[in-house]
Amino acid sequence: MKQILILGGGTGGTLVANRLRRLLSPGEAEVTVVDQDDQHVYQPGLLFVPFGRADPDEITRPRHRQLRAGIGFRRAGIERVDLGSATVVLDDGAALGYDVLVVATGARLIPEETEGLDAGGWPDRVHTFYTPAGAVSLRDALAGFEGGRIAVNVVDMPIKCPVAPLEFCFLADWYFHERKIRDRVELTYVTPLDSAFTKPVASRTLGGLLADKGVGLVTEFNTGSVDTAGRPGRLVSWDGREVPFDLAVVIPLHGGAEYVTRSPGLGDELGFITVDPHTLQSAAAPNVFAIGDATGVPASKAGSVTHFEGEVLVENVVRFLGGRPLDASFDGHANCFIETGFGKALLIDFNYDTEPVTGHYPGAVGLPLLKQSRLNHLGKLMFQSFYWHGLLPGRDIPGIGSAMPERGKRGLAATRAHTTTTTTTAAGGNGAS
Amino acid sequence: MPNVTYAGQAVSVGDGGFFTDPGQWTEEMAPEIAMAEGIDQLTDRHWQVIKFMRHEYEEKGTGPTVRVLGKTSGVSIKELYQLFPKGPAKIAAKVAGIPKPRGCI
Repeated sequence: MKQILILGGGTGGTLVANRLRRLLSPGEAEVTVVDQDDQHVYQPGLLFVPFGRADPDEITRPRHRQLRAGIGFRRAGIERVDLGSATVVLDDGAALGYDVLVVATGARLIPEETEGLDAGGWPDRVHTFYTPAGAVSLRDALAGFEGGRIAVNVVDMPIKCPVAPLEFCFLADWYFHERKIRDRVELTYVTPLDSAFTKPVASRTLGGLLADKGVGLVTEFNTGSVDTAGRPGRLVSWDGREVPFDLAVVIPLHGGAEYVTRSPGLGDELGFITVDPHTLQSAAAPNVFAIGDATGVPASKAGSVTHFEGEVLVENVVRFLGGRPLDASFDGHANCFIETGFGKALLIDFNYDTEPVTGHYPGAVGLPLLKQSRLNHLGKLMFQSFYWHGLLPGRDIPGIGSAMPERGKRGLAATRAHTTTTTTTAAGGNGAS
Repeated sequence: MPNVTYAGQAVSVGDGGFFTDPGQWTEEMAPEIAMAEGIDQLTDRHWQVIKFMRHEYEEKGTGPTVRVLGKTSGVSIKELYQLFPKGPAKIAAKVAGIPKPRGCI
């Protein structure tokens, strides 16, 4: 009887547990999921909370209820992983041995890395929508906002869902239009990148949308501190530039789970797990795999990436247990709906080697790519139901495999030249400064 | 691929003036590259960062981000900006003769 231990009961941990449980008989393997709490948040829904379009209760369900029968759920914090003895020590002192470990504990926010922010609480006039509590406090702050400067600031890359801060700007534009005070609100997007987004073709489209909606853009801004001592507050960059604000929406630095930094050899400097980008096997130990936001692979930290990784990772866990060579087919496929406000959305689809282009997805007849449409907005809304009932249980989407489709796309070949194939496992951080 | 000459040696550089072949770099070239970036004098602290960049590139195949530099090079982010005011990760990579740090995702 093999022991498969999965750390984290979020998107990646849940879908991997469910797929493995279906593939392996109860006599072959025990599958156990460990998480510190029992609240599974549909994280894409957080974006809508500040605008009163979703409530945290509607996007949260018990973690254990998303797991198939025959999967163990252990509620405990993780103290550390000992790769040498293949054990995980929990915060209640228990030690769990494993034959295969899957790290799926996602990314955590580290506001305390930025002067003026700290883990205990957010200062007055500074909010984030990357946690349920933060999204609710931002909703209240927006409701009472009658005009002034709003700065939306990404402190550093990588972050979860790198398009979400842009979507926030688009939705804020719409929100203040609806409230008929858009002319009294100055919106500015402040990013460490040298343009609106990480990939050139999509960056032009998204940068154009910011301009169309009257959202200011400040680039190559590496936030050193958030100063709320005076009015207005100020974002101050390491190189001494300032952006004033009456309300700041800050996406803080991200890192891997804390126990990773207490587990020698498991992660990189930021606590992300170093894995082979095509097999998802750890560089430190062959019986360790990682999925989703927890990894350091150079792909977006997004649910779609996690979903596509899941197929390859599950196959590789089974192959590893059977002593067979691993499948190195994960291509970095990401697929994201980008809400643009006024009931429309864009869709982008890309992988390690190609950037998002125009055309249709997943084939010539399909959703329009890199173009605003009502259909994409409906796709984004419908996805929530698929998340709970299809993705987490480990069902495939009909017609959509894990590898990125190329049919239906325009100018794809040209983008390959601009994008470097990456086979090392950098933290996905930018080098923008 | 454009060629430029540092310390009397022709080297290949790519987009933004970053070395495409780190093997062509020698320590003698660093002061000249730094000068072009507005750094008149390379101190021991500059060299600590430059050597760290070379080491990281050899280990990982890409230059570190400023965040990782601040955590692991022994030089704080604040001091990194004093040493390389136009952006530590990019400028230190250029002076250290390694390719442009990989774009983020």
